[in-house]
Amino acid sequence: MTSLVEMAKQPGSWLNGSGPHSDAVLSTRVRLARNLQNFPFPTRAKAEQLAQVLPSVVAAAKKSPAFSEMMVLRSAEMTPQDKQFLVERHLISHDFAENSKVGALVVGTDESVSIMVNEEDHLRLQVLCSGLQLSKAVKLADKIDDELDASLEYAFSEELGYLTSCPTNVGTGLRASVLMHFPSLVLTKQIGKVLQGITQVGLAVRGFYGEGTEIIGNFFQVSNQTTLGLSENEAVMSLERVAQQIMEYEAKAMEALLRDAKVQIEDKVWRAFGALKYCKILPSRELVSLVSLVRFGVSLGLNGLCDIGTLNELLVLSQPAHMQKRADKELAAAERNVLRAELVHERLWRR
Amino acid sequence: MQCQICGKAPATVHYTEIVNDKMTELHVCEKCAEEKGLHGVLGQSKVSISGPLVWMMDSMSSTEEDKVGNVQCQTCGMKYSTFKETARVGCASCYEAFRTQLRPVLRRVHGSTRHSGKSPTKDGAKYARRREIQKLQEELDRAIQQEEFELAAELRDKIRKLEAAMTGKKRRGTSKAE
Repeated sequence: MTSLVEMAKQPGSWLNGSGPHSDAVLSTRVRLARNLQNFPFPTRAKAEQLAQVLPSVVAAAKKSPAFSEMMVLRSAEMTPQDKQFLVERHLISHDFAENSKVGALVVGTDESVSIMVNEEDHLRLQVLCSGLQLSKAVKLADKIDDELDASLEYAFSEELGYLTSCPTNVGTGLRASVLMHFPSLVLTKQIGKVLQGITQVGLAVRGFYGEGTEIIGNFFQVSNQTTLGLSENEAVMSLERVAQQIMEYEAKAMEALLRDAKVQIEDKVWRAFGALKYCKILPSRELVSLVSLVRFGVSLGLNGLCDIGTLNELLVLSQPAHMQKRADKELAAAERNVLRAELVHERLWRR
Repeated sequence: MQCQICGKAPATVHYTEIVNDKMTELHVCEKCAEEKGLHGVLGQSKVSISGPLVWMMDSMSSTEEDKVGNVQCQTCGMKYSTFKETARVGCASCYEAFRTQLRPVLRRVHGSTRHSGKSPTKDGAKYARRREIQKLQEELDRAIQQEEFELAAELRDKIRKLEAAMTGKKRRGTSKAE
């Protein structure tokens, strides 16, 4: 399979913008936490015990079609830059990047399926899909989980379900999340209300937003919290309902904006697009807010902008470790800002 | 406002996280945001600022644990006090060892203390049947309480049938082994 340098040339296929509702939902992620019955959990196990986990996971994964093509990366062999790169690609966690000594990453076909080995749990199976595809993601995760389960003995109790290192994951071990973009709700200042509503139904929201009315990267990650007492489908369906509802609110807010301030909005979008196309120095944060504005324009149905896939690509490829991987050397922030502008230029003018 | 990570540059990136109705904010400068991986969408916060964990720990200090003393897991040797510090159990048996202390925590975090999702495929059928029996038993209790005896009889028959199927399977299993 490919090397990391090859990977750095394009984002994983799950960000290609082909999935349903791709303008509002960048991606869907489902992960399952699993542990092997006969070993202490990674935070407690001895190095020689943990060393036995990877071979059995790899052997089990080989029997799953999703891992017919497989890349195994050991944390001991990763440079700090490799780790940062894999974090930016959503394949390993920050915690794994910082603390893992005997961990590994098993990546399946096109990065949409992967297993993080020996993070805080022995296995963290991850499925990523483009757009809003919760049921597809959870079905695939369930299938691979069964395939792995055929050769592995999971720690499981009838009462508490899959046993995990942290009790916040015990039960299904399932965390599902959708990465959403809702600029109109931010612009019309309804976002606070919406966020409060989301948390009242047992979901969590994480994300960035700037102060004031400026649109600055209106991306939010909405995820489930409960893993005990709900089935996998129930957890995912409640997240799906909320995601659909947010999209409805967003559409209403967008209608109101178009009614009251159409020209002003379009002006903002086209200025952002112009800045992306012509700038020479582009800090990371500015890129995110400009990309958010252009994405907003695509959602509004404006013609002549670029497609969602390209916007996703810019978000991924412009991250620090991605920039350095592509250049194949360390780059200072100022150098990155120039190269970032070049990257954007190249992507937006190539059509 | 100064950056909460380096404390030098002005904070221009504002991160908000809401978990279980608890809102946490983090204000950092652009440089730290980029370096710490707080880059827009694609970085999860490296600086652990909240999450269900903190919330879970809050509820742990108010449980009955003081009365129970500092129990220890016989399998991995983890002490309850260590679990309290790290919020991570050491092994599968810890859930049994710290059962008394964990129950209220699980109830608070998840609103439940009983799994109702999938089971490992090898035991799936067995667990599913046992859960079915449990569900029917609850319905049966309700039916008796409401004096719906016809329904109760029907439910009782269903339970017997399932139980017979389970023991029957077991017997066949042992005779095969012999």
